[in-house]
Amino acid sequence: MTRPDDPSRRRFLGRSLLAGSALLLGGCERVTRSDAMQTLFDASGALTQKAHRLLASQESMAREYPPEDIAPEFRANGTTDPTSADYRRLAANAFNDWQLRVDGLVEHAGRFSLAALRDMPARTQITRHDCVEGWSCIGQWTGVPLGDLLDRVGVRDTARFVVFHCADHRYGGGDPYYESLDLREAYHPQTLLAYDLNGATLPIANGAPLRLRAERQLGYKMAKYVMRLELVESFDHIGRGRGGFWEDRGYNWWAGI
Amino acid sequence: MSTTSEAPTVIKRHALFTRLWHWVNVVCLIVLLMSGLQIFNAHPSLYWGMDSHFDTPALSIGAIRADNGELRGITRLGGYRFDTTGVLGVSGSDTDREVRAFPAWSTLPGPRWLAMGRQWHFLAAWIFAPMLIGYLAYLVIGGQLRRRLLPRAQEWRHLGKTLIDHARLRFPRGEEARHYNLLQKLTYLLILFLITPMVILTGLTMSPTMDAAWPWLLDLFGGRQTARTLHFLCASALLAFFIIHVLLVLVSGFINNMRSMITGRYVPPPEKEPHDDAPR
Repeated sequence: MTRPDDPSRRRFLGRSLLAGSALLLGGCERVTRSDAMQTLFDASGALTQKAHRLLASQESMAREYPPEDIAPEFRANGTTDPTSADYRRLAANAFNDWQLRVDGLVEHAGRFSLAALRDMPARTQITRHDCVEGWSCIGQWTGVPLGDLLDRVGVRDTARFVVFHCADHRYGGGDPYYESLDLREAYHPQTLLAYDLNGATLPIANGAPLRLRAERQLGYKMAKYVMRLELVESFDHIGRGRGGFWEDRGYNWWAGI
Repeated sequence: MSTTSEAPTVIKRHALFTRLWHWVNVVCLIVLLMSGLQIFNAHPSLYWGMDSHFDTPALSIGAIRADNGELRGITRLGGYRFDTTGVLGVSGSDTDREVRAFPAWSTLPGPRWLAMGRQWHFLAAWIFAPMLIGYLAYLVIGGQLRRRLLPRAQEWRHLGKTLIDHARLRFPRGEEARHYNLLQKLTYLLILFLITPMVILTGLTMSPTMDAAWPWLLDLFGGRQTARTLHFLCASALLAFFIIHVLLVLVSGFINNMRSMITGRYVPPPEKEPHDDAPR
């Protein structure tokens, strides 16, 4: 029969405990930045994306709410008043001179004025905006389904992502905001280029004149102050190569959770 | 007394699978709780409902500057207001006061870093959640649930005595120590079959993609912000379980308990209190 208070066993237990707690307390900070941890984080992110893609079909819709659920004021986050001279000039003239550029891997690169976008068939939806910070806000969005606009310019077979180039710079730095969606999310029926919020022209704080709504993603995906759409095969050459402003700063490209 | 009766009985208490599951869970739970507080700190308010009614949070942790210029941490719970300087709202050494909901020692990583907190949280969740499903399947299919966790009729009749014994830190000895008592069974059932599944499902409800895939999640919990609040409450319940569990392991025979969870072997304490024994 085993002796329960075998001293070597007791020492082993003691040492394992010490080693375990040291690893937990001191190690986490260091391993946070290690390559091995980054590989694990990337694997877990990829798994999340695969699982979401498996569970959410192209027909899975974000919940749409009745008008009485609209929040009294839609919270503006991130940049709320872009400072670049070009943007100020466009804003001063109520964006009448603004045009959305669409280029890259398309058949017919072009420019669309706000009036031209408003002439296209529109979709209105009351949805919940979920910020990566944790809060939610319900608002009504009207805009052009992104898929319709992509069909109009003709997406080439080699294109895999839509990149949204924006007019805002965070922290007054040199890096402009940008974001990207793959074509599957871009063609989702609730993915809009929105120009109205709660039945009125989109305010500057919320991204005037045009912002992205990707309702099955977190808020940072939904670029504001959109100036240009670029169809690309890969976003490696844009920004720091991770597909978006926040992605370049450690957030997951897949913003589904 | 003969030597054979003095040799302690050793029983096999935990299977290898249970022991592995337990220790991986320890690591996962610590990472999940600490990275969860890091994520909470990005918006340190909780709400009831579908979205955030910013003026009427159920709970909020913030900071104000007092008349003497000093930073005070203020925690609001419903209509109540507490000064929680030093721990919640404002923390850190006197020379390096920092405005943050939960203090640096409780979050992973320590400094304010939402992106990294999320990475740790989701990695640990991907280990924790499948392991829970695997363990529940093992309990149910392997018959362990019925054999070890479901209370028997006669145990309910002793509920009062079990409660009193536990409150006085008198733990089962001898034959009784070979299986879980009613309080242990109820606690483990609650944690395994209600709190932990709920912490996972409320976590999934915070995902806009999951809400599109499984809209019933929103109906089950009454909206995304309610789900976020419930997620926090379930995590608090898991933390409370964790603390009480560790305290009970400490006071009910630390070495014996630790050995049983590392090697599987457990020595049930003898029937009589040691000081009642005749001189050896």
